[in-house]
Amino acid sequence: MSKKKSPASNSGPESIDLVATSHAPADPVSPGAAPTHQDHAHDHHEHPGPTNFLTRYVFATDHKVIGIQFLVSGLIFFIVGGLLALAVRWQLAWPWTRIPVLSSMMESQWQTKGQMPPEFYNKLFTMHASVMIFFVVIPILTGAFGNYLIPLMIGARDMAFPKLNMLSYWFMWPAFIVMLVSFTVPGGAAEAGWTAYPPLSVFRHSTPGSLNGQTLWLMGVLFAGVSSIMGSINYITTVLTLRAPGMKMFRMPMTVWSMFITALLQAFALPVLTSAIIMQLLDRTIGTNFFIPVGASVANEPGPVGGGQPLLFQHLFWFYSHPAVYIMILPAMGMVSDILSTFSRKPLFGYKPMVFAMAAIALLGFLVWGHHMFQSGMNPLLGATFMLSTMVIALPSAIKTFNWIGTLWGGSIQFTAAMLFATGFVAMFVIGGLSGIFMAATPIDIHIHDTYFIVGHLHYVLFGGSSFAIFAGLYYWFPKIFGRMLDERLGKIHFLLTFISFNCTFFLMHIIGLRGHPRRVANPYIYQFLDNPGVHFMNEFMTVSALLMGAAQLILIYNVLASLVAGKRAPDNPWRANTLEWATSSPPPHHNFATIPTVYHAAYEYSVPGEAEDFIPQTQPLANLAPSPALATSSHA
Amino acid sequence: MSAESATLPVGTIVHGHGAESSHGSHHGSGHGHDPNVAHQFDDAAQQHESVLLGMWSFLATEVLFFGGLFCAYLVYRTTSPLAFTLASQHLNVILGAVNTGVLLVSSLFIALAVRESQLGNGKRVNLYLLGTILLGAVFLLIKGYEWTTDYHEGLIPFAKNFQIPEHNLDEMAHNATPAGRFKLFWVLYFFMTGLHGIHVIIGLVMFGIVMYVVKKRTQTGKSYSNLVEVTGLYWHFVDIVWVFLYPLMYLIHPITGGGGHH
Repeated sequence: MSKKKSPASNSGPESIDLVATSHAPADPVSPGAAPTHQDHAHDHHEHPGPTNFLTRYVFATDHKVIGIQFLVSGLIFFIVGGLLALAVRWQLAWPWTRIPVLSSMMESQWQTKGQMPPEFYNKLFTMHASVMIFFVVIPILTGAFGNYLIPLMIGARDMAFPKLNMLSYWFMWPAFIVMLVSFTVPGGAAEAGWTAYPPLSVFRHSTPGSLNGQTLWLMGVLFAGVSSIMGSINYITTVLTLRAPGMKMFRMPMTVWSMFITALLQAFALPVLTSAIIMQLLDRTIGTNFFIPVGASVANEPGPVGGGQPLLFQHLFWFYSHPAVYIMILPAMGMVSDILSTFSRKPLFGYKPMVFAMAAIALLGFLVWGHHMFQSGMNPLLGATFMLSTMVIALPSAIKTFNWIGTLWGGSIQFTAAMLFATGFVAMFVIGGLSGIFMAATPIDIHIHDTYFIVGHLHYVLFGGSSFAIFAGLYYWFPKIFGRMLDERLGKIHFLLTFISFNCTFFLMHIIGLRGHPRRVANPYIYQFLDNPGVHFMNEFMTVSALLMGAAQLILIYNVLASLVAGKRAPDNPWRANTLEWATSSPPPHHNFATIPTVYHAAYEYSVPGEAEDFIPQTQPLANLAPSPALATSSHA
Repeated sequence: MSAESATLPVGTIVHGHGAESSHGSHHGSGHGHDPNVAHQFDDAAQQHESVLLGMWSFLATEVLFFGGLFCAYLVYRTTSPLAFTLASQHLNVILGAVNTGVLLVSSLFIALAVRESQLGNGKRVNLYLLGTILLGAVFLLIKGYEWTTDYHEGLIPFAKNFQIPEHNLDEMAHNATPAGRFKLFWVLYFFMTGLHGIHVIIGLVMFGIVMYVVKKRTQTGKSYSNLVEVTGLYWHFVDIVWVFLYPLMYLIHPITGGGGHH
């Protein structure tokens, strides 16, 4: 396979079309349906694989289609979760006032002249977190970007198990449905927080949301979890076995490394959550007593036979959910690393340390779950151990941060929308990371536990971190995924407004949190020390900023929709990047590559002295360097 | 690599139209495929490697899944060993031992089936698979008998007739052990053996399907060894879970001494 020419130049529309057509009968779902050649006259057709709507979009086994499915449903739920958050903010700024739209909608149910009942506030923050974590951040990062990018970036035709991949998206739908339906059942949606601690969550009459909503919530998380487990099995296998010739592990882009490590985290952490969730489900439904303590009873009901320990749920939950924090940030880190390198026109600074740092974060992520439970009652020695192991995570995180800065240093930086969000990610991650160290320290954690300081911290990591990376990834890979360019100018405005309003919304949370503003309380002003003009003003300021931030996302929605219809057609490699997904057409054909590419070097050969271009695709040997023996053997074919 | 010629557009179009049988390849994916290899793989070796790795990854998640339950078991048993000892004495050690033997032999059958599948003896593969299915059914029958007995003794915590025996209650009260822990043993026992039972049933259904596929593919000359090997791996896992469950559930008394209650 001689690959002297730049891949962009040898993958014209004709050759793609022909080869793609040849792939059509290979669709495993409809082997009998031999499509006619005429159907495939698709100079502009995106997925030349299956022809009918069902096999193409519903029973899709193509990783690219499944990735887009995850992306679309994830972005829709992003809107749902965002609206829930805005309702939370409204209540905090102007408690018990009528909320636009929502109050009119709920008029008959609330019977409070449009005032939100406190239990409804509980539903809001519970469902906001659950939707954002289980339906937005994880599915978009791993389900959408992971699915779409892994096979493309390692030079594979598809995932190792395409049908399993299809199932992993299908399992999201029962989750979507039960979560949404839970708002309408008697008692309404779950109220026990996304952490679902017993006993609040297991006693049906402890709060209205625990009557039925909690059961549906558990089922929703169960389905979403099974979906992620299926995905992770696919990612692990695909990365380990389906790499193109020459794509050694240490030539993989950081995005792939991060998805791979994340998949390992999911495979090893999620099943534990699954078993904890099932135990809670059984406690609620058939009368087991895993988490029901001795002698507990609620609302004068005869208590069930106790004997269980609520604390066990916390341990099992955080054994998953702390790694889940890294599941939500590692793919973001990987994607940002690639974007920073591309737009600095420089190699990623310290590639191998970056990989090892990521692996270290993942490994340590399994050893630190107890730091969520400093306030739950814990042997001080154990607490100190968890504190120490948590602090150690600052080291690999710092390695990553310094390496990102090292990547930017002296580069010829191009501030595209993707790059802006990527640099925004680095800055916000530093703030979120540093405030994380505060709560790793037991004495400080005791002070700030369950305050808005935590809420500020987690949003700096999850919104300023993960979501900024999602935006960056969207601007960066949108041309590859949909074959159209997003509007850069709108993208920059979107970034600017989001960045400013994000900081205005969440930074003040640190300040009020340190002064004792509790989280998960519908009306914080019942505490006299909070009922003063300063706190009122800050809460109102945060809410106005949040509304602004919500409005800023309309720009993104418009940009995406307008570009899909009338955006500039994307060339194969608009950013002049090295990784393999840019070596095929935009969007890629059914099985990704006309011929499986051969990889000659790592992904970060930018601005190599003596080369004609400032980028050298992985499919192209370096002109001025004698190939190493290993390279020679891989390219003999 | 023979890829070069096969990637010629003309040739591949012919492949595309020929579709199914005439070319012996309904993949036409342009990289010299044999019909046993799915489109996303380069060759049979890569497919074999991937399929096995996928199953191993799945089994790793299963280990962690059961791990959560074993963790619960560990917490409750170490904090109230007496309740677990007393509860465990209601189990039938002999039947548990027989079932262990039954599963171990079925695992041997599976190992032999894998061997025969690699040698291409479809008939023998199906013979061993049938043996496995029968042994699995025996396991489930014995388990069902045990569960029925437990029900009549009022030991199923989800059933209405659940009642902690008087003498056990007395002894736990005497030793300040919460009676709920006695119930927890049975909750864990039925949950874990039930979950294991579901895995057994899934395995048996799977082997039924595998037998059908093996029979069909023996006729068409297609390969089935991967299928037998991965389902075999799954079955070994099911077997191993039982190997942990049996001592943890049935053999508490002999190991901890239990204070000589019988």
